[in-house]
Formats: sequence, structure tokens, C-alpha cells
Amino acid sequence: MRMSILRTGAAMLARELHVLRRNLLQFAVNTGMQPLLAVFVFTYVLPKIGVMRGAQGFGTILVPGLVASTTVLTAIAVVSTSLMRELSFGRAIEDRMLAPLPVWGLGVQKIVWGALHAFLAGLVVFLVVYFVHEPGMRPSVHVANWPLLVSCLVFIPLMAASVGLLVGTILEPSQVSVFINLAMIPATMLGCVYFPWAALRAIPWLQVGVLINPVVYASEALRAVFTPDLPHMPVAVVLSVLVAATAGVGWLAIRSFQRRLLG
Amino acid sequence: MTTVATNQSAHRHSEPPPVPSRGAGAAITTVELGKTYRSRGGPVVALRGLSMEVQRGELFGLLGPNGAGKSTTIGILTTLIRPSSGSAIVAGADVLREPVAVKRRIGVVSQANNLDRELTVAENLEFRGRYFGLRTSAARRRARELLEWDGLAARAEAMVTQLSGGQAKRVAIARALMHTPEVLVLDEPTAGVDPQTRIRLWKTIRELRDTGLTVVVATHLLAEAEDLCDRVAILDHGRLVVCDSVAGLTGRAGGDRVLTVLFDGPVDQIAIPHWVRRAEVDGAQVRASAANTDGLLSELIAAGAALGRGVRDVTTLLPSLESAFLALTDKEYRE
Repeated sequence: MRMSILRTGAAMLARELHVLRRNLLQFAVNTGMQPLLAVFVFTYVLPKIGVMRGAQGFGTILVPGLVASTTVLTAIAVVSTSLMRELSFGRAIEDRMLAPLPVWGLGVQKIVWGALHAFLAGLVVFLVVYFVHEPGMRPSVHVANWPLLVSCLVFIPLMAASVGLLVGTILEPSQVSVFINLAMIPATMLGCVYFPWAALRAIPWLQVGVLINPVVYASEALRAVFTPDLPHMPVAVVLSVLVAATAGVGWLAIRSFQRRLLG
Repeated sequence: MTTVATNQSAHRHSEPPPVPSRGAGAAITTVELGKTYRSRGGPVVALRGLSMEVQRGELFGLLGPNGAGKSTTIGILTTLIRPSSGSAIVAGADVLREPVAVKRRIGVVSQANNLDRELTVAENLEFRGRYFGLRTSAARRRARELLEWDGLAARAEAMVTQLSGGQAKRVAIARALMHTPEVLVLDEPTAGVDPQTRIRLWKTIRELRDTGLTVVVATHLLAEAEDLCDRVAILDHGRLVVCDSVAGLTGRAGGDRVLTVLFDGPVDQIAIPHWVRRAEVDGAQVRASAANTDGLLSELIAAGAALGRGVRDVTTLLPSLESAFLALTDKEYRE
């Protein structure tokens, strides 16, 4: 029974990868364009025109931030929008619901796929941010903590994909644009992507306020991995939050998913 | 175009794909099945205590006007909707306690086109097979067999978004057969297709029944149920009106013809001939059923004339599911 559930789940992942491979160029452009522009503007244009003089090290700050925000936002967007589409258009979700898998298994499959997709997106962004720079200005990043990196690679995408599933089961397609403007964009801008969380000391209310934003923990965790010399949240704190949020939101999302699907 | 047609007719002669052998007995049993939806306007009762049995190997119709509870019944039998009360056993498994076992044993063709729009026709079938545990090579082989049988081999590499409505329905049927189910469930299989395609789909469905597959068709079309099915359950307002063979049902209405006469004014006092089996007067309309309606029309015209009413319209219904529905519910069947 358990084996057959795993086999069905694996076949569904194979289907997702098959579609992704077919749309590979589109995936790379969609994923890579925004970070490419961010790197270009922040590490080349702004210093060149004198707006951010002395910010040559900014690339180093951007590596963990952009990888984290892309990973989190991709997972949320991929899982929630595909679910909303499947729930509305001729209820395409029924095709998957008829596969020999319990409904919770289908929810887990969606989270796992969203996480895998987001991991790949994070990888694309890492390559862009790491390799695209002015001559001699390569960001100074190295993996300082391998176990933490592996934990990040597992829990950041899973946590974000769980949020995506929860959002996808709660929102109607007509509310997506509101969600993007009200949640996704603030989550990026205030996700400690462009600055370490510690730097917000100067604005205490904001420093506390951003703590509800999952992107913050993702950025700070990756900061501890890649740029340990820059200020970052304590490893124990970010890890605990990531693990607890993955478990908590994942559980809520699966319950909400079951309720939504089985009328 | 000609080539495709030739290919298709050649393939149509190939045998339907083999299905597992089955013994006698019930393929589907429901006991007091009920469903109440919660909505903002208060609870909506969609199904009230449905008990019925579908025998193995039969082509069974679930018939009823829109809103009768057919889709809810299909949803429960296919594990997509949880019943509020009662139980249902499909192909030997309980829909509530063993939904995964049910899913392994049924093939489902939904009313809406829910083919995977990001895949080609062949991939739709292959991945469905893989979801059910077929190896890639076996899934590919079976997909090819089914597409040839269904006359769609020439469209195998097309994206499903390029298919016509009828073709999409045939692909959906082929996809539902990928894992050789014991029971095939089709929800309004001919909704929105042209008459030619409808006849072709009926032929396909009959072929599948002839292989021994149990087939359940939900339809709101009387003609579809009458021409296609061995037995039908008629639902109305979430209740089972009757469940019988098509021949039994048309006989149950006494094999009566139903004559409906519309006068140009109220005829509440009209004299109905005593030999009429049932009659009902509603304002300007008289509906009377009898084994033989010869002479009835002239008597009704005369009776109307005695009240000073002329005749506006006359319809006669031969013994059919429609006359049976009318006899059993005292209501006209509105598709």
C-alpha cells in the first residue's frame, strides 16, 4: 500500500518534471530575469552613477537574499496558482484525485513538487548572482556550514510550498492579484533580501514586524550559510522557525486541502 | 483527411482492449446514501436515501433532470464527494473506508474536459497508466493499443488543447481504461457533442459493455438512457423514483400512451371518458393515459366543445421512459 502510494507520487513528479523539461527555456527566463536585473541595477548601475558609492560588496549581501526570496516566492506561486487553476478550470484536479492516492497524499505530492521546483529556481538564481558581476567583483560567498545548507535546501522550499498549498486552498483565482500586491511584493521588499535583519535595529518596529515574514528566516538562514561573517540571526533560531513552520503550516495546508477537495 | 478516416475505420474494427474477467453479483451497492451540502443560504439536500444496485457486466443508466442528484451520486461512487449518510460499495470496496481501492477498480470519464492540458494525447494516457503503477514501456504499449482501438492513433502526438470536443471525450474514455478498471463511470458523456459523435460514443460504450465491463452512465437525456442502457435508475429531487430495466419501466407505465390536449381556456369541468386509466386536468390542459388512445382524442375534443373550448395543441407520447416518468412522478420530464 505504502509502496504503491510512493510509486503514484513518483509518477506524478515525473509528469511535472516532464512538463518542466519541455518548458525549460521559459522556466529559466521566468526565474532568472528578476535576479539578473537586481544584480545589474544594484551592483553595476547604482555604483556606476554614484547613487550607491562604496556598495561594491552589495553583491555579497544579495546572494543569500535573492536566492531565499526567489525560492520562497517560487514555491508559493507554483503551488498556489497551479492548484487554483486546477480547482477552477473544469476541475482538472479530479484527474489527479482519481489516481490511486489518498487525498492527503496528493497534497503532499503538491508540496514536494513545489519544493523541488523552488529548489531548482533557487539554483538558477544562485548561478546568476554568483557569476554575473563586474570584473573582479565576485561576491565573497562560501559554504560555511554544510549541515545548515542541507537543512535550508530541505526546509525553506518545503515551508514555502506548504504556504503555497494553504493559500491555494483558501483563495479564489480572482483574489490572486490582491494576494500578489498585498503579500508577495511586501514579503520580498521586507524579507531582509537587500539588507541583513540586524541592520533593521535602526527601525525597531519594523525589525519586529518583519518577523511574521517567512522570507526573513530563509534569507537569514542562507546568510548564515554563505556569508557567516555578515550579521545574521542565530542559527538555532532560524532553524527552529523553519522546521516548526514547515510542520505547522504543512499540517494546516493538508487539512485545508482535504476539506476543499472533498466538499 | 481521407487517410485519417480510412485509418480510423480500420481501427474501429479492432477488438476493444481486454478487461479482467468478472463473476456475477453486484458491481455497485448503495444503501440509504444521502448528501447535504452546506452553503451560505443554508443546507442544500442533494441526495435523500438512495439505495440501488448495479449488476456486474450491465450498462446502467442514472437518469434524471438537472439537479436530480446524478452528479452527486457519481461523485460519491467515484470517491470525489463524501456522503453525509449511508454507504456505497463499488467493485467490492467501501467508498469511505477504502477510497484508494475503489479508485484502482474504477475508470471515470467526467462531464467536463479534465484532460491534462500540458500533455499530448499519448502522454495523457501514458502518465495515467504510470499513476496506476504501470511501467513506462507497458504504459506506452497500452496507450497505443487504446488509441488505435478508439481511432485516435493519428492524433497521438497532438496537444489535447487541439482536439475537438468529441475527440477529447474519446481520449478521456481511453484514458479511463488505461488501468483496466472493473467499472467504467461516465458522467453525461454526450453533453455538448454533435449527433454524429453522440452515436459514435454510444457505439463505443456498447462495445465496452459487450466485453463484460460494468458501465454506469449518468445522463439527463431520456433518449440516451432508453437507447443505450440495460437498466436505469431514475432520480428526481435527490430521491430514487424507480430502478428497473428499460423494458420493465416502459411496461410498468402499463405500456400506456399519454395524450396531452391543450384547450384555449380552462376546462376544469371536462368529462373524462370512464375507460381512461389516469387523467389529470390542469387549467386548459388535459393529460390522459390509456393502453389505446384511439378515439380518445375525438371524445376529448367533443367534451371540450361542450364547454365551449376549442383545441390549441395535441401531443401523443408512445410507451417510453418519458411516459414512465410522467406516470411515476405526475410531472413532465424536462431535460
